[in-house]
Amino acid sequence: MKFRPPEAFKPPAAAGYRLLPFRFGRLSSRPDEVLVTGDSGRFAFLSEADFLAFARHQLAPHSHLALDLEGLDLLHRGDGPIPLDRHAVAWRTRKAFVFEGPSLHLFVVSLRCHHSCQYCQVSRQPEGGAGFDMDEATARAAVDRLFESPARQLTVEFQGGEPLLAFDRIRGIVEDVGERNRTARRTITFVLASTLHGVTAEQLAFFREYRFELSTSLDGPETLHNLNRSLPTRDSYARTMAGVAAAREALGAEHVNALTTLTRASLTQPEAIVDHYVEQSFTSIFLRPLSPYGFAKRGLARQGYSTEEFLTFYRRALAHLIRRNLEGHAISEAYATVLLTSILTPFSHGYMDLRSPAGAGLGVLVYDHTGKVYPSDEARMLAAEGDERFCLGSVHEPYRDLMLSEPMQAILAAGLTEALPGCSDCAFQPYCGADPVDAYARQGDVHGYRPTSAFCARQTGMFELLFGYLREGDPDVLRVFQSWVQRRNPSEMRPERPEVFHAAA
Amino acid sequence: MQPHDAPASFEGAPTHRLLKVVDGLSFALSDAPPERCAWLASKPDSAVPDLPWGAVLSGPGGPADAVVSAREADVDVPGTRRRNTGSSLRVRLAHAAAAAPGDVIELLPQRGRIRTRYRRGANANTLFATERCNSYCLMCSQPPRQVDDDWRVQDMLKVVALLDRHTPELGISGGEPTLLGDGLVEVLRACRDRLPDTPIHVLSNGRLFGTTGLAAAVGAVKHPHLTWGVPLYADVASVHDYVVQSAGAFEETMRGLLLMASHGLSIEIRVVLTAPTVARLPALAEFLYRHVPSAVHVAFMGLEPIGFALANRDPLWIDPDDMKGPLTQAVHHLANRGMTVSLYNLPLCVLPSELRPFARRSISDWKQRYLDACAGCAARSACAGFFEWVKPGWLPRGIRPLNETEVVEA
Repeated sequence: MKFRPPEAFKPPAAAGYRLLPFRFGRLSSRPDEVLVTGDSGRFAFLSEADFLAFARHQLAPHSHLALDLEGLDLLHRGDGPIPLDRHAVAWRTRKAFVFEGPSLHLFVVSLRCHHSCQYCQVSRQPEGGAGFDMDEATARAAVDRLFESPARQLTVEFQGGEPLLAFDRIRGIVEDVGERNRTARRTITFVLASTLHGVTAEQLAFFREYRFELSTSLDGPETLHNLNRSLPTRDSYARTMAGVAAAREALGAEHVNALTTLTRASLTQPEAIVDHYVEQSFTSIFLRPLSPYGFAKRGLARQGYSTEEFLTFYRRALAHLIRRNLEGHAISEAYATVLLTSILTPFSHGYMDLRSPAGAGLGVLVYDHTGKVYPSDEARMLAAEGDERFCLGSVHEPYRDLMLSEPMQAILAAGLTEALPGCSDCAFQPYCGADPVDAYARQGDVHGYRPTSAFCARQTGMFELLFGYLREGDPDVLRVFQSWVQRRNPSEMRPERPEVFHAAA
Repeated sequence: MQPHDAPASFEGAPTHRLLKVVDGLSFALSDAPPERCAWLASKPDSAVPDLPWGAVLSGPGGPADAVVSAREADVDVPGTRRRNTGSSLRVRLAHAAAAAPGDVIELLPQRGRIRTRYRRGANANTLFATERCNSYCLMCSQPPRQVDDDWRVQDMLKVVALLDRHTPELGISGGEPTLLGDGLVEVLRACRDRLPDTPIHVLSNGRLFGTTGLAAAVGAVKHPHLTWGVPLYADVASVHDYVVQSAGAFEETMRGLLLMASHGLSIEIRVVLTAPTVARLPALAEFLYRHVPSAVHVAFMGLEPIGFALANRDPLWIDPDDMKGPLTQAVHHLANRGMTVSLYNLPLCVLPSELRPFARRSISDWKQRYLDACAGCAARSACAGFFEWVKPGWLPRGIRPLNETEVVEA
């Protein structure tokens, strides 16, 4: 019986170590440290000196830091083979959505709407307008395409306009999908994006039967909401909350969500907006900046704001959300949750706008009421403005032709952050995504141009904010973040320790 | 349970070495033929059904001859061929409790003993797969031997064939069971066919899953309730390889885990708590979440003072009180990420209160005990207690009875 000492199992110091692929950057709040991120999303904060030693192969191979960095998949000690399979599996897990195919299918059943919001992204049409509803032949063909997608899990989302104005079409599609799924055997989730104004008991009973998730717009307190979302009767808030109450009663509160669209008027009251969501017992809030489409593009001068103004708002809102969570109100911010899921877990998130390869077309297909098929909502909005360049074809063409269409090839060629100039070497690349349609809409080029990209500025600002919190390492904040990522109540979470997130301490 | 021997006297020679212990009811409910059964006489002079039993067992007391005379059968089992010859083998147990209906026993006439291979009602029953191992862990509780024991495949198959169909759970251990290769796959197939509702738990270092096609072969068995307990001791190769005393083991195990996961095998990670591994526990927790997020269970296990551990006490021993920082961090890290976490082999009183909800009563009945210091403890029924063979030098600091309030917290 002979046992060998620890030294016998350490790689020879003379063999040094090899670097695994990494990117790096500095947070503006901590310019003296370097954030190092690996391909599979693991990361470390290093002092400038440690970072230089690491990158120059000058770390002592048996130092604690070298061990930590090996455990983080940032370096490999010794001259043995690098465990590529482990890194490949981690990478594959993060990119699992690529194997699925389009899972989110948006049905634009009507462009008509009773609202006339200044920021409307979709160029809505008046409630009584004709020729803005999806007809039955289009709907049936769209369902054909839905089932041609290879994804096992499908989300069927109804959008408008106000989709409730075409409720009979929704019912027809849902029943058609349900009927065909008896043999197709997919897991299907139905979602309705609606103001919920005037939603009837009959409609709610139907949504309950098919286990719908409802998503509505609530911009904050009554005055703000009514200012942003104009109705001739000036009572949008009251109607929305009546719809929410009825929907919660019928479907259960957990199946009714809301998102805010932020106007210039919203930016002055982050705390009030958050508090309003807490008061109304929502468990999540999506603080969504204006997008440069539809009426919003025209309204930008009056309602718009700079990325920096948005980020200033967002920082205050996030800090307030964290406070409210620590007071015992479980409420998450949807966009931060998406980014944190990417940063803190081995998995990919379900958010289509932040994928690489791009979610447009690969993850989402949009069936317009006209029968045209688009790779994303943004592409449809561009089309509404007269630019059809991202139209994949007609709903009557087979899935294969739509996916091999020229616009899809353009999206794929520009849809990899791993390869885009200004993205490929960004420290935040593993957590970010490419949206060629959005880049085109904002900058006139599917590849985008990072130095002047508002999208990039917002993403960078968000990552700086979140990584700043992670580096600071307040255990309470970490606990709240982790509760959002794991979709659990913060009160169930046990203490989180900051040391795990950085090797520098 | 672990093979457990008991003295017995033999009259006659056995035809079959492995037998299922039966009485009237359990024989009626069993599908084992009488040749594969040992009739357990309730009293030395009670009647023995006239069937060709593999053996007739009786407890101590009374003349042995009293057992011998076979009488009219008092059970009638359809489909069983009656013969007039009763069993020619009598086994007299020194202790009546050494065998009970439902048990599977092995007869060792040369040594004058029987060995219990399966104990109905015990909280753990294990098939011993092999004495061989491809690792040489510093704390191995079952030091490996380089022997040719492939015969154990047939042996396990025979035991499985005699087990109750409603066996609540069954372990397979060694040694390294995967060294049996296809033989292990055959045993798993037999478990699937005979005991489809019985959860099977195999302890393996996972290395051969990384270097052979075993994961595909086991995946093809499609056992409905099969879990693999695989030890991983650190997030870096050098620390893990030192503990298992095998260069390259870490990468083989990691590769094995990935292949097991990709073939849909259910994985439990087992982390034995030793001095060289404690410091990196939080890093290991994050490493597991990142690389083996599909693990159904992570168990952190107190050291068992037996086998090689006795020779390596100094490099291995760390008092629970000295590991509570990193251990708590690792447990909370995994629990927050939705992973099921347990603490094994650690008495409740030496754990910080926040870890007590994770502690399990993990030590098998037959090797578990409490100490004098446990007298009056309100938490005994929930506490792992100590290994039967715990000795000075292996006792944690601060062993004390817990009060009612502390029990509620646990």
